[in-house]
Amino acid sequence: MNPAPSIIVFTTLSGAGYGLLFWLGLLRPLGLVPQDASFGIVALLLALALVTAGLLSSTAHLGRPERAWRALSQWRSSWLSREGVAAVVTYVPAGLLFLALLLGWRGAAALFGLLAAAGAVATVYCTGMIYASLKPIRQWRHPLVVPGYLTLAAFSGAALLAMFGAFWGDGAVPAVIAVLAGAGGFVLKRTYWRAIDTEPPASTPETATGLGALGTVRTLDPPHTETNYLLREMGFRIARKHAARLRLIAQAAGFAAPLVLLLLGLLIGGGAAAVLATLAAVLVLLGLLVERWLMFAEATHTVTLYYPPATAR
Amino acid sequence: MTSLPEPVPNGKKLGLVIDLDTCVGCQACATNCKEWNTSGHLAPLPDFKPYSAGTEGVWFNRVHSYEAGEGEAGRTVHFPRSCLHCEQPACVTVCPTGASYKRAEDGIVLVNTETCIGCGLCAWACPYGAREMDEDAGVMKKCTLCIDRIYNETIPEAQRQPACVLTCPTRARHFGDLGDPDSAVSKLVRERGGYDLMPELGYKPVNKYLPPRKRAVAEAPPREAEPRKEEIANPLLRWMDKVLSR
Repeated sequence: MNPAPSIIVFTTLSGAGYGLLFWLGLLRPLGLVPQDASFGIVALLLALALVTAGLLSSTAHLGRPERAWRALSQWRSSWLSREGVAAVVTYVPAGLLFLALLLGWRGAAALFGLLAAAGAVATVYCTGMIYASLKPIRQWRHPLVVPGYLTLAAFSGAALLAMFGAFWGDGAVPAVIAVLAGAGGFVLKRTYWRAIDTEPPASTPETATGLGALGTVRTLDPPHTETNYLLREMGFRIARKHAARLRLIAQAAGFAAPLVLLLLGLLIGGGAAAVLATLAAVLVLLGLLVERWLMFAEATHTVTLYYPPATAR
Repeated sequence: MTSLPEPVPNGKKLGLVIDLDTCVGCQACATNCKEWNTSGHLAPLPDFKPYSAGTEGVWFNRVHSYEAGEGEAGRTVHFPRSCLHCEQPACVTVCPTGASYKRAEDGIVLVNTETCIGCGLCAWACPYGAREMDEDAGVMKKCTLCIDRIYNETIPEAQRQPACVLTCPTRARHFGDLGDPDSAVSKLVRERGGYDLMPELGYKPVNKYLPPRKRAVAEAPPREAEPRKEEIANPLLRWMDKVLSR
């Protein structure tokens, strides 16, 4: 699949934004992060900025962005529509949380925080389901795709909250959560990569053409000599050695290095922890951009089965 | 509404039956499809850079050619690929706007280009590559089963068929109601063992493909009968036959 920058930026940024919103909404009422209003406001504003930037970026993928509002109508059948609805609905408790923090309403802030956290989970779940519901793309249909989106959103969100916490003097709890989520995400991604590398595809050129009874099916002539929308959009190919190298980069930059930095910050504490947590959060986001790029680049669509392996796959 | 219409028992399922035995890969169906549809229901079908390198455009029908099997048993098969108007079209249910829909009355899958946002998710959801984006208009396009021909009362009745079917010089394409077990197309599918593409994905395509017919098994080449001794009149040749036969 073509790794469109608008979608990669969207899922990474909005994932981190919703993750941050989730942990802020959940941990603040529990007293596990600094209770200053300024801390809550700054973290919430960054969460909303990331979410909004992501959503705006996603509209760049549309052929008719001015009609984007129509995407809210088909929530009965479409995960994309559900994601849109969940994203818009989540703005309501998030906005009220901002108001409550500004006006110092403690109980209301707790309630709206929890509601915003629930909205964040729902939105990221819908994002994952958009991909997991597509049967023609076996790498997305995989059962680890939705847990992956949720875990990585939780990881990047917790890393960002740990950064803010460290600046406000106490980021220990989100840092520990980030380390745990990061370790979980690391194991999950490795398991996922091993699975998509080894599981044989259910669809083959033989089932795509129905000519398997005659024997192996090979392409003789393509239907067109130049490329087309299908091949540009769904026939993206990534060299195997690049994929292997990029996976290493994603694991090192996105998981291993931030975990070490966060653990160091937990040990040292103080101002150094803030610097280390900031560095960790930036690395997490960069690593996840690589991971998300691979998520697209490594996914294969059944339409490529109709084309010569050299032009697609 | 992108929820699928309730299936009606014995409801109409208009579709195509494509005979891979007789298709010669001439591209006439693809060409006539483009010709008709570029001014039809989902018009236009734009071309990009039509007169220079990198030509490409939107087509509803693409004709592939394959080799299947090895050696003497191998076959060359020409394979037209277009929308199969599935009974379980995920391209419809994933649509966030309701622009993609399946008609309750005849099962034809269409796009409303007035409400399509061009997100491309339906093209991702189609395993068969039936949908192509019109990047000029920013909306998705696809085969309409020539809805503007098959119900068109301003053209002679014999021509109320999809353009690809009418133009096929080998009659490899058949149009009809696959929901009616007594229709000509349903009979053809039964007689010839018509099948679904990628049945493992569960989209239940309405269009069927007829497999290439089994090739007649060639008998052993006839052996030349040996001349009998009494048939050889020339005594010299008779003697040679006797010596050489020893």
